[in-house]
Amino acid sequence: MAFDKMELKDIEVWDGNFAAAQAMRQCQIDVVAAYPITPSTPIVEGYAKFQSDNFIEGEYVMVESEHAAMSACIGAAAAGGRVATATSSQGFALMVETLYQASGMRLPIVLNVVNRALAAPLNVNGDHSDMYLGRDSGWIQFDAYCPQDAYDLNFIAFKVSEDHDVRLPAMVHQDGFMTSHTAQGVHTLTDDQGYGFVGEYKPMNDMLDFEHPVTHGVQTEEDWHFEHKARQHNDLMTKVMPKIQTAFDEFEKLSGRKYNIVEKYDTEDADVAVVCLGTSVETAREVAKEMRAKGIKAGVVGIRVIRPFPFFEIQEALKDLKSIATLDRSNPNGAPGMLFNEVAGCLFNTDTKVLLSGKVYGLGGRDLTKAHLVELFTELQANVDAGKLTTPQQQFIGVRGPKLSFL
Amino acid sequence: MLEIRWHSRAGQGAVTGAKGLADVISTTGKHVQAFAFYGSAKRGAAMTAYNRVDDEIIMNHEKYMEPDYVFVIDPALVHTSDVTINHKETTKYIITTHLSTEELVKSQPKLEGKEVYTVDCITIANETIGRPIPNTPMLGAFMKISGMYEMDFFKESMQRVLKKLPQKIVDANMLAIQRAYDEVK
Repeated sequence: MAFDKMELKDIEVWDGNFAAAQAMRQCQIDVVAAYPITPSTPIVEGYAKFQSDNFIEGEYVMVESEHAAMSACIGAAAAGGRVATATSSQGFALMVETLYQASGMRLPIVLNVVNRALAAPLNVNGDHSDMYLGRDSGWIQFDAYCPQDAYDLNFIAFKVSEDHDVRLPAMVHQDGFMTSHTAQGVHTLTDDQGYGFVGEYKPMNDMLDFEHPVTHGVQTEEDWHFEHKARQHNDLMTKVMPKIQTAFDEFEKLSGRKYNIVEKYDTEDADVAVVCLGTSVETAREVAKEMRAKGIKAGVVGIRVIRPFPFFEIQEALKDLKSIATLDRSNPNGAPGMLFNEVAGCLFNTDTKVLLSGKVYGLGGRDLTKAHLVELFTELQANVDAGKLTTPQQQFIGVRGPKLSFL
Repeated sequence: MLEIRWHSRAGQGAVTGAKGLADVISTTGKHVQAFAFYGSAKRGAAMTAYNRVDDEIIMNHEKYMEPDYVFVIDPALVHTSDVTINHKETTKYIITTHLSTEELVKSQPKLEGKEVYTVDCITIANETIGRPIPNTPMLGAFMKISGMYEMDFFKESMQRVLKKLPQKIVDANMLAIQRAYDEVK
């Protein structure tokens, strides 16, 4: 079946959702099965429009829930096709059971997760609760900070996920509304460039290859279960990062845009830095620059690949700093916070003397203002001057009522 | 950095207006950002949308803004919400109303001493487009007050932005943009 190509301007003003939908169109996916949910709805809505307008050759399957959406994706991926979908929040939570099936069955699927808070109380705005819910699911997780990243990382996600040495599903995260509904200039690839980068889908162990029968979704008890899981972990720990690096390098050659597993901004000579995810990385970069004019040597470390966790890259990025704060946009519910814990794990057993504190912020889309960040960098500098933490290890930023701090 | 805040009701086209403006400005080589506060807004609920424009790539994603311009595209919002919130001394207001600027400022003392321009985008939209969609006329008024672009260039750009609409509607929008440009005071 013939389909049409689309002429794009070099720079299109797109929000993160439309950027992701366009990247999906350019990758020519065989099966998209979707159950739309705010704020990711426009991704699959936009994709469906492309299909009805004859810009896509593949199938679009409407299903009755997010659980069914991912189940259909799993079936299609096992059958031997390029597969993707999108979701958010409650829909992501409903998908969780099947996320583990997808990764355990070693099926390359790309899932655009437009990050949104988890109820209760019900909230449609952006935080990282759903992203954090997926972090032990065995998927690769990429994080976009702006619409451009959401576009680019989709191509990279297909490339890495479908590599025959990887064969693991991948999520591309973007901040609900702050990226998904914020229109900015996006540098585009032509349809040929985009498809050329991901290439034709090469099936492996596909169920539709009747000459080579395979079984998917088997039961293994104590005799083999651990070996399967250990092998999956081994591949995430050893094989995935080099493939991501290669994909980043190839993408830079194609587009001129450079991505890094850990993004370091102004950290070379910095004393203080924040470690964060999503749109906050960019706002913090702007504030860090302004802090330098005030004599505070500030930097920002953005995590581009959340899973597998870039243990050594983070260690390297942070070791010479004096005081850092991790910014968790998800309620830790009785713990220090994911980023605090992971970063502390990287720094333990090293010689670094860097002071570490954790902040919880932005739940349910609460604004992280530049003023908040100015205050935070100032506090980190006070830690440097005092040679110790001047605050409790865990603080809440931007919540009303009495200042909350713990630990 | 040029920053604009739109006050609108959900369904009046503030998001489309903000994105359309961003699209036009982007073609001139500037960097743009357009976003809105949604929540669980229903059609008719008060909402705000935002534009940022800069020569440098825009990395600021905070929702807080001290706007250079405030656009009010629904006449009642001047009285039911605070359109002056987070204002600067230099903030300019372009407000949809059937009142004269003097009458409007008298009816809303918060606007006293501020640089206020008025234009009846609702009537203009009704008389040209045939529906009370005041977003494109507001942009016509903005072109007059800001002097940002020549009208020929702006209208040509907006025709491209609106190209998916039927030609009759596009033409009506061009008329609305020109009328608001001519009538804003």
